[in-house]
Amino acid sequence: MISLEQLTKVYGHGDQRTVVLDRLDFSVDAGEIFAVVGPSGAGKSTLAQCVNLLERPTSGSVLVNGENLSQLTEKQLRVARRRIGTIFQSDGLYSRRTAAQNVALPLEYLGVTAEETRARVAELLDRVGLAGKAGHYPHQLSGGQRQRVGIARALALRPSVLLSDEATSGLDPDSTRSIVALLKELRDDLGLSILFITHEMDTVLQVADSVARLDHGRIVESGRIVELLRDPASGLGRALRPARSHESAPADATEWFVSYTSAAVPADWLTRLAGQLGTTVSLLGASIETVDGATVGHASIGVAGANAEHLISVARSLGLEARPEQAAQPAEILEPVA
Amino acid sequence: MSLPLNNNVPLAEIPALVFPALLDTLIMVGIVMLIVVLVGIPLGALVHNLAQGGLFENPALHTTISWIVSIGRSLPFLILMASIVPFTRFITGTNIGIAAAVVPMAIAGIAFFTRIVENSLRGVPPTLVRVAKASGASPLQIIRTAQLSEALPSIIGGLTINTIAMIEYSAIAGTIGAGGIGYVAVTYGYQRFDNTVMLATIVILVATVASVQLIGDRLVRLTTPHSRTQARLPRASRREASLV
Repeated sequence: MISLEQLTKVYGHGDQRTVVLDRLDFSVDAGEIFAVVGPSGAGKSTLAQCVNLLERPTSGSVLVNGENLSQLTEKQLRVARRRIGTIFQSDGLYSRRTAAQNVALPLEYLGVTAEETRARVAELLDRVGLAGKAGHYPHQLSGGQRQRVGIARALALRPSVLLSDEATSGLDPDSTRSIVALLKELRDDLGLSILFITHEMDTVLQVADSVARLDHGRIVESGRIVELLRDPASGLGRALRPARSHESAPADATEWFVSYTSAAVPADWLTRLAGQLGTTVSLLGASIETVDGATVGHASIGVAGANAEHLISVARSLGLEARPEQAAQPAEILEPVA
Repeated sequence: MSLPLNNNVPLAEIPALVFPALLDTLIMVGIVMLIVVLVGIPLGALVHNLAQGGLFENPALHTTISWIVSIGRSLPFLILMASIVPFTRFITGTNIGIAAAVVPMAIAGIAFFTRIVENSLRGVPPTLVRVAKASGASPLQIIRTAQLSEALPSIIGGLTINTIAMIEYSAIAGTIGAGGIGYVAVTYGYQRFDNTVMLATIVILVATVASVQLIGDRLVRLTTPHSRTQARLPRASRREASLV
């Protein structure tokens, strides 16, 4: 388990003073994947560097399994860092070392014997599905394979916490999916706490149990993914599943935006809604899916001549929240990071 | 002025004149390059890591060392050599011969190579240092594995350039009686107008420099997995096919 307590990072002094991280407070339990998202300049990379102890926080602390790691001397830090495995962006491999030699790095630094290293490296490469690629150099591997090597290396010293710093950025969708599946598998098998820092909302939806949104160094919103998706007022929920453009309603109908707010939405809610309202309901656009076994979604519908309050209450009885389309706020799109 | 032909070295005696001189040059450059590598690599790594963003960031010390290196780089070799004669005599007890040439050549070579190493290290992606740190590496382990090892092909490329420059410097040192191929070229070819000897020294110098370049290029290829595996690709893929 890893927790941050009032973690603050300030660069510069006086007029030049910039607060990059402002009293961050969150924890990632064993077996949990916690995502931090945010636009570029939000402080994501500084957060990553504070968590893997490459940067000292100005104040506040980083605790791993209850032990405070942020007040250590440089030498103690080197030991403490070994308890946190870091997966970097896909350019983090040594170009002149084979996959096996890259995975062996942390063991080499620690001074593990050659024999033990060989056995551990073989086990790790097998674990990430690269047993046959031990002798390949990074340039002979695909982006996804390189990232698997990075994951194996991060796990070499059996850390309890895994930090993924934009690990899937720059990978194609298929590779991203396979890396995400591997991370979930490792989380389940090894009981890891995974802190997943990214700017990709799609990936967050695939990988995380909980998510926090970092903006200007502060966590502006956080929660369990499913709960955020079921809360129509949540900006982060909307950003995770943005509404796409949809067809416009027939001339005599008004447009409504309907979102799933409970687990008990019947699959035939559209028919039921039309039946109970006694009117025509046309489907203009919809996006419904299951995230972690829970159905979430939203739809734009056109309703001909129904009383607004009646519609809202019928929708509520079906586990939905209905709002006139004009009032539906546009999703806050997080700017992508190069 | 006519050239007194009888003063020239007979063709048959030229090998006996130039080959021992070539050996002297090789010994001189060999000793110099050994010193240059032993001092230049640690010094280059130090300068790189004293700079902003380095492992031991220290702007004052970085500026000081950088200035000293720049002074060593900015003096033309002939002037450097002449200006440090007292120092050379203090170290070697003489100011002629190979021993005396090694001192100024090593100083010029170290200054040159320090910059080459520094520049090569700058080409290593900074992520790799972070990877090493996050993997629990000590500063020395970081320098060895994440910096020098990754920059090795580039350093070898620089070393080739540096060695060739030292062959050139050895010829200049030859003018103050350091011996070697440069000395022969100056005394026979230049001062005695012996064109045959001059031509022979030119051929030997060109051949030497070409060989050094060839060996250097080959080493760069061997230390770069990308080009090495490309060259071996047909055999490697055949092996893979047989494994399936």
